[in-house]
Amino acid sequence: MSAMKEKITFSKGLVAFIEKWKEKPGNLIMVLHKVQEELGYVSREAADKVAEMLDIPLATIYGVLSFYHFFKITKPGEHNIQVCLGTACYLKGGEMLVDELTNLLGIEVGAVTADGKFSLEGVRCVGCCGLAPVMTVGGEVFGKVTKDQLPGIIAKFK
Amino acid sequence: MAFRNYILVCGGTACESSKANAIYEALVTESKAQGVADEVQIVKTGCFGFCEQGPIVKILPEDSFYVQVKPEDAKELIAEHVIKGREVKRLLYAKEGSRKHAKVEDIEFYQKQFRIVLRNCGFIDPENIDEYIAREGYASLEKVLFEMTAEDVINELKIAGLRGRGGAGFPTWMKWNFTRQADSKQKFIVVNADEGDPGAYMDRSTLEGDPHSVLEAMAIAGKTVGSNQGYIYIRAEYPLAIKRLEIAMAQAREYGLLGKNILDSGFDFDIEIRLGAGAFVCGEETALLASIEGRRGMPVPRPPFPAVKGLWGKPTVINNVETWANIPMIILKGGDWFSKIGTADSHGTKVFALTGKIRNSGLVEVPMGTTLREIIYDIGGGIANDKEFKAVQTGGPSGGVITKDFLDTPIDFGSLIKLGSMMGSGGMIVMDEDDCIVDVAKFYLNFTVDESCGKCAPCRIGGRSLANLLEKITKGKGELADLDQMVEIGEAMKKASLCALGQTAPNPILSTLHYFRDEYLAHVVDKKCPAGKCKSLISYNILADKCIGCTACARKCPVGAIAGERREVHVIDQAACIKCGVCFETCKFGAIEVR
Repeated sequence: MSAMKEKITFSKGLVAFIEKWKEKPGNLIMVLHKVQEELGYVSREAADKVAEMLDIPLATIYGVLSFYHFFKITKPGEHNIQVCLGTACYLKGGEMLVDELTNLLGIEVGAVTADGKFSLEGVRCVGCCGLAPVMTVGGEVFGKVTKDQLPGIIAKFK
Repeated sequence: MAFRNYILVCGGTACESSKANAIYEALVTESKAQGVADEVQIVKTGCFGFCEQGPIVKILPEDSFYVQVKPEDAKELIAEHVIKGREVKRLLYAKEGSRKHAKVEDIEFYQKQFRIVLRNCGFIDPENIDEYIAREGYASLEKVLFEMTAEDVINELKIAGLRGRGGAGFPTWMKWNFTRQADSKQKFIVVNADEGDPGAYMDRSTLEGDPHSVLEAMAIAGKTVGSNQGYIYIRAEYPLAIKRLEIAMAQAREYGLLGKNILDSGFDFDIEIRLGAGAFVCGEETALLASIEGRRGMPVPRPPFPAVKGLWGKPTVINNVETWANIPMIILKGGDWFSKIGTADSHGTKVFALTGKIRNSGLVEVPMGTTLREIIYDIGGGIANDKEFKAVQTGGPSGGVITKDFLDTPIDFGSLIKLGSMMGSGGMIVMDEDDCIVDVAKFYLNFTVDESCGKCAPCRIGGRSLANLLEKITKGKGELADLDQMVEIGEAMKKASLCALGQTAPNPILSTLHYFRDEYLAHVVDKKCPAGKCKSLISYNILADKCIGCTACARKCPVGAIAGERREVHVIDQAACIKCGVCFETCKFGAIEVR
């Protein structure tokens, strides 16, 4: 069936990682983490390849991908913006940041801007509640963020 | 001391986010530039706990506590403090402007704390095993390997009376004993580091600040119950903690404290890290085990408990990070020592992540039996911005709220349950007068609905129904009958759900309905949100006597709903207003009122 579809080539490092984990029980989640770390998300082609390499049904893989929030099956923007919506951040205006960002970027939560630069998501606790409200852009953390700072933060990454 | 000064830089996640790494680098560079590199030791430690004031730098032996340090300050710290021996006063922590609080013991935030779990956080370099060993690290493992029998260890835990810190408070010695007695060649040790409670970061800080304490405890458990393999199941969202665990594991193997034939005792034990992937339900132990097995994290009914039939069907000891971190100290100092700390019901300490509308948010560890008032006012410094205290939420999405009247309750497992909340993993979120209690309940319900695995109907359908009813109420369409229906659904979920997620999901509603019924009634009967949070129930209005007609609000309004000429009183067109609140924030004259 996969002969019909476009094939994907995994990097040497990724192949080696999968080979190393192949015989270990319960390897699927660890392998998917590695795939996402390299590719930014788990595409259909990548899922096919993992299914083939680990000899696990594609349905099982999608069962896992869809169950866990951390896995993405669509390509995120070049800079992924995460707004923390944990309790502390929620009370201190995390949702207001989301609203303002959807205005500024012109996209809804979960979407990517037309130029592919930014994607926006709300996430569970980033774990630095002392800095609430918190957002991250491509892994860089911004704490005690106010609405007024948002255009400046976005401009930094343009 | 071999060095003139020891400089400790906080390397917890919150401080790292505020460029603690750059501060560390700058201090190293400056100490070289100013010729004192050989005289100071600069160490990046785990979390100091005082996150509100981060990034934090502590300099020993003077014990000077510098707060909100910037990389630019490094030059002055080296030149003044290290070389000239003069404290840099402008950076010292000062309570409300006075300069008298310079030493750690003088800071109220630390005075009522008692540290067992966080004993090394902020004191040692978590990436250096020698520093852990220097503070009696791995001495307990040695004791267990050579001086104690398995019965001795279990007995010590029994005397200590340690109860699981993950939420349910099950006696740890019993779990271990079940696994020890189970007949199986293969047994497993598992650390639950899937800290899913939003607004809590105790476990993350422990792992980042003192990873060896957990590794040592796992090996102790392995020896006690007869297991050679441990797993740490940790959230993928915690990259720093994962990195420090990996470093710690490699160092422990190098020192012969993990791996084959530990300390020549003939005992083998090794540990593997498994990553979570963002599923709250995986904090439930059977779901967690399913996830380690690489499957969807869905719980299964207990019994059989994991202690007898766990990972891949084998007997498994599973405890949360904080529980593990207590173990080495109990073995070292004895169960008797531990049992004298805390209350009759709950021994030892508890770590809380104190957040929300509190002046000093941060990580605190207090003896069980400390009152909420001591934590919130003495340690936390009270409510931020001089607002009125409304409630404190404990136990996260599984817990409830506690009001002003109960602030003097000594905290332990039993007392919190009596108040309709629970200990949970240690999230403690303070709310003030601006927080709408119905909105908070809705926040938690939306969370649990989102995180329900969908396997059992009471949780899947009940949770959704509750969330819908709350949505209806905050939209101003609630009826009195809805309140009774919520209680009815909630009680059913408590009884019939498969796992703790569903059984406790109604708690935020049941508890807020109990303590804040008036506020629900205001939403349902008067169609008002007293805290001014629920958009459908409020309106923004301009007070004619305060408006000077500066036009600032009209210019900022995104939908052009504000009309008025310069120097004339402005008016908001209620039909056009989207209640974004920009005008309220913009007005410098307090002329905009929320009703």
